[in-house]
Amino acid sequence: MVKTVTRFDREFLTRGVRRGSAPQFMLWLLPWFALLALGIYSAGLCLVKGLNQTNMDNRYAFGLWIFVDLTIIALGAGAFFTGFLLYILKFKELKAVINSAVVIGVVCYSGAMAALMVDVGQPLRAWFTFWYPNVHSMLTEVTFCISCYLTVLLIEYLPILLKNRKLRDVPSFLVFEFELHKLIYVLAGVGTFLSFFHQGSLGGLYGVLRGRPFAFREGIFVWPSTFFLFILSAAAVGPSFLIFTTWLVEKLSGKRLVKDRVFDLLARISGLLLSVYVLAKALDTIIWINRTSPSLGFEASQYYGWQPFGTWILFAEIVGCGLVPAVILLVPRLRARRAWLIPAAMLACAGVALNRYVQTVQTLALPTLSFDKFLSYTPSWQETGTFLGVLAYGVIVYSFSFRYFRLFPEERELKLEVRPEQQEEPVLAGRF
Amino acid sequence: MISENKKTLAARYGMSIDVDRCNGCGSCMVACAVENNVPPANANATDRTGLTWIRVFKVDNGLEGADRRSAFIPLLCQHCGHDAPCVSVCPQQAVDIDPATGVVGQMPERCLGCRYCMTACPYHARYFNWWDPAWPAGMEKTLNPDVAPRMRGVVEKCNFCHGRWHAAKAKTAAEGNTAIDPGDYMPACVEACPTGAIQFGDLNDSSSLVARNARRAESFRLLESIGTDPKIHYRSTKAWVRDTAHPPRPGKENARG
Repeated sequence: MVKTVTRFDREFLTRGVRRGSAPQFMLWLLPWFALLALGIYSAGLCLVKGLNQTNMDNRYAFGLWIFVDLTIIALGAGAFFTGFLLYILKFKELKAVINSAVVIGVVCYSGAMAALMVDVGQPLRAWFTFWYPNVHSMLTEVTFCISCYLTVLLIEYLPILLKNRKLRDVPSFLVFEFELHKLIYVLAGVGTFLSFFHQGSLGGLYGVLRGRPFAFREGIFVWPSTFFLFILSAAAVGPSFLIFTTWLVEKLSGKRLVKDRVFDLLARISGLLLSVYVLAKALDTIIWINRTSPSLGFEASQYYGWQPFGTWILFAEIVGCGLVPAVILLVPRLRARRAWLIPAAMLACAGVALNRYVQTVQTLALPTLSFDKFLSYTPSWQETGTFLGVLAYGVIVYSFSFRYFRLFPEERELKLEVRPEQQEEPVLAGRF
Repeated sequence: MISENKKTLAARYGMSIDVDRCNGCGSCMVACAVENNVPPANANATDRTGLTWIRVFKVDNGLEGADRRSAFIPLLCQHCGHDAPCVSVCPQQAVDIDPATGVVGQMPERCLGCRYCMTACPYHARYFNWWDPAWPAGMEKTLNPDVAPRMRGVVEKCNFCHGRWHAAKAKTAAEGNTAIDPGDYMPACVEACPTGAIQFGDLNDSSSLVARNARRAESFRLLESIGTDPKIHYRSTKAWVRDTAHPPRPGKENARG
């Protein structure tokens, strides 16, 4: 049995790179499949027995899943933004990570869609949104754009899949892959357009809530400021998440996968966008505190009187997880060292997660009526299980993709390269 | 939908609730549940997962001992006017404002159960069916045949007893009239209130009792500052009761609900 699996596995392995044995790979996957099984069971309970299996309620109508959806879609933005930089702005160095970015995108978006399907009370009515769309609703925009972009991502994923050494033996697959590749610039353009819109409309989701002055923001035309802030923050942390995942895969596989200059370029892009985002977010916060919220009768200071959501959360988001990583990523000497680069990338990702947490969870916890109460919410094990299932699904898809497809084209070249311990690669190559 | 509402409405139904008269008996809640086929609470339901289209909150003036004063505020869908927060957010047009009545309607048959409208509502007047609706054996015979029970996984809320509005409209048409007689259309909660604290009528009709009450100095609406233009007018002669209409104050656990 093991011999058969090993032979089968070898036939599909990427040529020219070294991977662990099939049993090792199966051992790695085992706990993730166990988590996936837990996730499927948890989600199944919610679908069969209803959302009473969760700890959400009439007041906490959104919970862990919406927070996770907003976060992973922001982190998955590396897919569209790297595609945009590579195919539209011609940053050729990013070819080294584009395949990995696409897989991360597929995983994040499909995972979010799966969680959303469990999160709605009537999943079989999902098509209603396409049939009776309310053009005024940000959720309509989100549904349309995410569905379309997931389709684009799956099409972008196909060439990666069809380049597998075994699948290439099928001539029609080869032709199909070649034809698909011609479309890649169009797909990158469409993907960028769709992504900009849905990242924005996810921001607008809470920004338009006049009845929730903590989340409500003024804006331009029909879009609240959070529409633009979400686009900017997603574009800023997408490359950071790519840095983090690439580094993590390097550590776990014990191989160098991309050249240092790619890390450097991603760090510079992330740092620059993050600093613009921090500036915009700070400005938005000042306007919100001094104008938007008071105009609705709510003094902004009241939001931070309800513990544990003190002003620390605002500073943690803007300074600790915004300004600090932005500075590290912008200073060449700091970002050249992994000891600075990786924590900075992780901080940037944590910052976007904190921002989404504040938007979703803190908004619902705060009272709106004077005879209202400050609320707390803890996800049930079924909610947590479903989330862990989505996480496990992501790890499994990425693990298979890393093993059988060429996610990092520079890996083969770097395998042959002997890297002097002391001598560092020049990091100022590339544009920007 | 919002633009439709900005036109002059044929009617603009609303309520005037005298908080000083409300004794918190809960008759309105029971009458509402019976009229609208709101199922009994599931055994596992909490005060945050139960169903009730109208909920009576007890508030107090925050003082202790002999100075302590209490009041009851029946809270239902406020049937916001322009910019109703729940209407524009629904992704599949399951929420609308009827231009003929000004009533904010909810179509459970089209509801996806995404609960975005619940998140948008500052009055927390929307309820989700966390469980399958179930009535104890025999009690299903008491169901109102004019109102369809809702299924698990959809949102529901007060619609000013839509079934009664339909019946009144049918009666009006049968009599060859065009305008509904105010006496023919009255929501169940209004009818059931033993102290007559709740009045209902057309706010566009300036001579109606509800419109006259809404114009009184002691009349107030909840969270007027956010601009939702609610059609539920409360009134009280006590300033501390009227203060409950304002947003919560910083860091204070407010008038207990």
